[in-house]
Amino acid sequence: MSEALPMAGAAAQVNAVGLSKNDYRGNPTTLCQGCGHNSIANQIIAACYEANVVPEKIVKFSGIGCSSKSPTYFLNRSFGFNSLHGRMPSLATGALFGDYRLKGLGVSGDGDSASIGMGQFKHAMRRNVNMVYIVENNGVYGLTKGQFSATADKGLELKKQGTNLYLPVDICMEALASRATFVARLFAGNAKQVKEVLKAALSHKGIAVLDIISPCVTFNNQESSYYSYSFGKEREDPLHDISFHAASEGPQSTISYVPPKPEIMLEADMVDGEIREVALHDGSRIVLKALDKDYDPHNRLEAMRVLEEAHANNYLVTGLLYIAPESPSLTDLYNLVETPLNRLTEQELRPAPETIHKINALMF
Amino acid sequence: MTQRIVNDFSITVGTPNGSGSSTANNTILRALFKMGIPVSGKNLFPSNIQGLPTWYTIRVNKDGFIARRASHEIMVAMNPNSFTRDLADVAPGGAFFYADDIKLPINRSDISIYPMPVKQLVRSNPEIPANLRDLVANMVYVGILAHMIGIDIEKIKLALKFHFKNKEKPIALNMSMVKAGAEWAAANLTKTDPFYVEPMNKTEGLIMADGNTAAALGAIYGGVQFASWYPITPASSLAESLNEYLPMLRRTPEGKNTFAVVQAEDELAAIGMCVGAGWAGLRAMTSTSGPGMSLMTEYAGLAYFAEVPLVIWDVQRMGPSTGLPTRTSQGDVAFVANMGHGDIDSLILLPGSIKECFEFGWRAFDIAERLQTPVYVLSDLDFGMNQWMSEPFEYPNVPMDRGKVLWEEDLEQLKGDWGRYRDVDGDGIPYRTLPGNTHPASAYFTRGTGHTPEARYSEEPHVWVAKMERLKKKYETAKQYLPRAVIQKVDGAKFGIIAFGSTDPAVEEARAYLEQEHGLKSDYLRLRAIPFTEDVSQFIAEHERVYVVEINRDGQLQQLLSIKHPQHATRLVPIAYSDGLPPTAQWIWSAILEQEEK
Repeated sequence: MSEALPMAGAAAQVNAVGLSKNDYRGNPTTLCQGCGHNSIANQIIAACYEANVVPEKIVKFSGIGCSSKSPTYFLNRSFGFNSLHGRMPSLATGALFGDYRLKGLGVSGDGDSASIGMGQFKHAMRRNVNMVYIVENNGVYGLTKGQFSATADKGLELKKQGTNLYLPVDICMEALASRATFVARLFAGNAKQVKEVLKAALSHKGIAVLDIISPCVTFNNQESSYYSYSFGKEREDPLHDISFHAASEGPQSTISYVPPKPEIMLEADMVDGEIREVALHDGSRIVLKALDKDYDPHNRLEAMRVLEEAHANNYLVTGLLYIAPESPSLTDLYNLVETPLNRLTEQELRPAPETIHKINALMF
Repeated sequence: MTQRIVNDFSITVGTPNGSGSSTANNTILRALFKMGIPVSGKNLFPSNIQGLPTWYTIRVNKDGFIARRASHEIMVAMNPNSFTRDLADVAPGGAFFYADDIKLPINRSDISIYPMPVKQLVRSNPEIPANLRDLVANMVYVGILAHMIGIDIEKIKLALKFHFKNKEKPIALNMSMVKAGAEWAAANLTKTDPFYVEPMNKTEGLIMADGNTAAALGAIYGGVQFASWYPITPASSLAESLNEYLPMLRRTPEGKNTFAVVQAEDELAAIGMCVGAGWAGLRAMTSTSGPGMSLMTEYAGLAYFAEVPLVIWDVQRMGPSTGLPTRTSQGDVAFVANMGHGDIDSLILLPGSIKECFEFGWRAFDIAERLQTPVYVLSDLDFGMNQWMSEPFEYPNVPMDRGKVLWEEDLEQLKGDWGRYRDVDGDGIPYRTLPGNTHPASAYFTRGTGHTPEARYSEEPHVWVAKMERLKKKYETAKQYLPRAVIQKVDGAKFGIIAFGSTDPAVEEARAYLEQEHGLKSDYLRLRAIPFTEDVSQFIAEHERVYVVEINRDGQLQQLLSIKHPQHATRLVPIAYSDGLPPTAQWIWSAILEQEEK
């Protein structure tokens, strides 16, 4: 039933799993032109293509809101479920028990995760559900036309809403406090970084929270806003250059490592620092090249500190804040049979007839 | 002394909640059961951990009527706070046993009064450590009662062995107090009441279980693969029973699990996980009660519209809101019948016995997967948390029905030409694929918004209408897969009775009473599912008056039946009452008599 996809012709370039980039595309976006969410959708397509992801091994999830509409804009060959407002995490939690080999790819927003869905968001962290959890964070409700979200800056002024009285929720801080095993803050305007972190997140075992500042060009793109393009471009401070290396590349690739050129350089005199590697459970590696100073993403407290520091100094810190690559994911805790649960047969699921006598005997 | 009354009375024990009386009360119940006497036991308890009055009422009935008995022939008063009320509640000619450390006036001369030196007997037993005295004190009344009405001490021992899983020390400790009570009664009490139990053979081959255990076991035999839940009285023990029995029944020889149970953070998440798991092809269930049902409503509506199979057990309690959390009710029928916003018709199963709790436990999955929709099973606190004698559980007599699922080879055959919501077979039930299917045409996008037969987003008016019409057709199709009503017809019936669920024993007893005492014969339809099938409509059409018996205020089932049978609406007379207690036959027959005498 998948729609006939436009093929790039006989000479279409294919990746290691034999798929062209078109195999990763979705339907045309219905969001505003220039929306940060569109660029994220494009990076999902690029990351999956480059990382040789088999689309049938990904399951897309979303809640409700502009962000949550976006899973139809990528990976048409992946199953997807656009669920309820704030309730995507529970749905994903249950669905991923169907086949433990699948990777969840959830797209949520700041309203969906930090307001109505804060409870489920945090419980998905503590369970280490095996999924990439993207929060397309713009500090505003778009689909209902411009109300404050829980991540909106205090003092933000919106046309019909007046002034926001409350302090913002920090998605990364919440994720860290809830013991997420992979936490990154990214800026949609820094496409390369988004793509590399996405690849790493897809290889991470357990939950990977990507809080992506994704400007809303229609309702919250004022220069003063933390969530605007101009703020991101001017005030982004990446912790490191980040690149992802699949297991198939082998260990040699580090030597020939070429630092990706960041699109936004904050300080001209930034110096190359030390290279740090994080090995993931599937043999792939994240290579972090220090910029102004070395940052160790294994330290939760340090992650919280840099977040606080960025808040205090009014800049947008981006990069891989925290990773615990060896934590068991949710389904690892359940001692499940090797066959995916949703492929078990009646014979494997219904106890043998003779057991009923034993059970009746137990009933006094 | 008046004539002996054998195997036909009730015993009610009043204790402070949390005083550990349930072991003693269950021991009496099980000993009577092992003596072959039809028996029931109902715990009437407050929402409280410790302190408030609680009662346990046991009915013995040689004819097998095991509904709660309204009168208390034997009362055991262990609670000073309910002493005066308990004394007043004893039926004339009854017996009143009381702990003699309660120093309150006794103002009845029409009953037999028996003081029990509970504290003294416990203290004088050197085998009882001081810290266990309160716990075993209740065994004193077990022993005294055993001697006074004739409960077999050996059967008491069997009950304790069961309770303590054959652990010798606690069995011996408790038995020593039972014996001390019995010996003291033999030496010090003179029987002046007429109540006795005598062995019968009416429980042979039967088991004793509660409905939540039965439901969990049924689900396990139904192949439950995923359960998520949130603690709530009176449903918690259903999920806890899954945890107890799944490892025994559903591990591979290599020790691997074919199931997963998740305690969710709330009912919103519990059902969310179930919808996810059901969508991904697992036999998924959750269990809750009224407040949880309220929270689950949004996801239930999505599951109905997106056509996701799952099973939801609602162990009903008194509502709305917190209501009376530890009291039984059938108050969710109308709510569940259309659970969700928009146009929704729910499939509801109504088990009417413990055996059916087991049967519907597995059958619900077949129905949910066949129809690709939520299936609700309405139990209640009386079933869920009380011990009932029951026919043994029966192994499922049909193979599993996994419904219309397309795997890789099916899609290969179809050359990838399929649509998630296409009505290929004309029965309103579409085909589905499951995540993990590796065929490139397998994936589809599920949503709560309007969608075409190909699962694409659409707000076209005709697309919406066609979808809703198909769902209606599916609801009609569902009727053939649901358990039929159980209908009893007798010659010369004056009227019909419709009832469901835990009221069945009270209805049967009321029918027998009305026939014997008033010559009023009745036909009886025990409803086992909603939607109503043709046989239900026919039953209503055949009777000038149909009494609809249910435990709620407004006659919710009667209203649903009236909506579906407007031409017969005036025939349907509600016998609806809800005070938190399991129903008695007396309530039913007196309500029917009142109507019949009009």
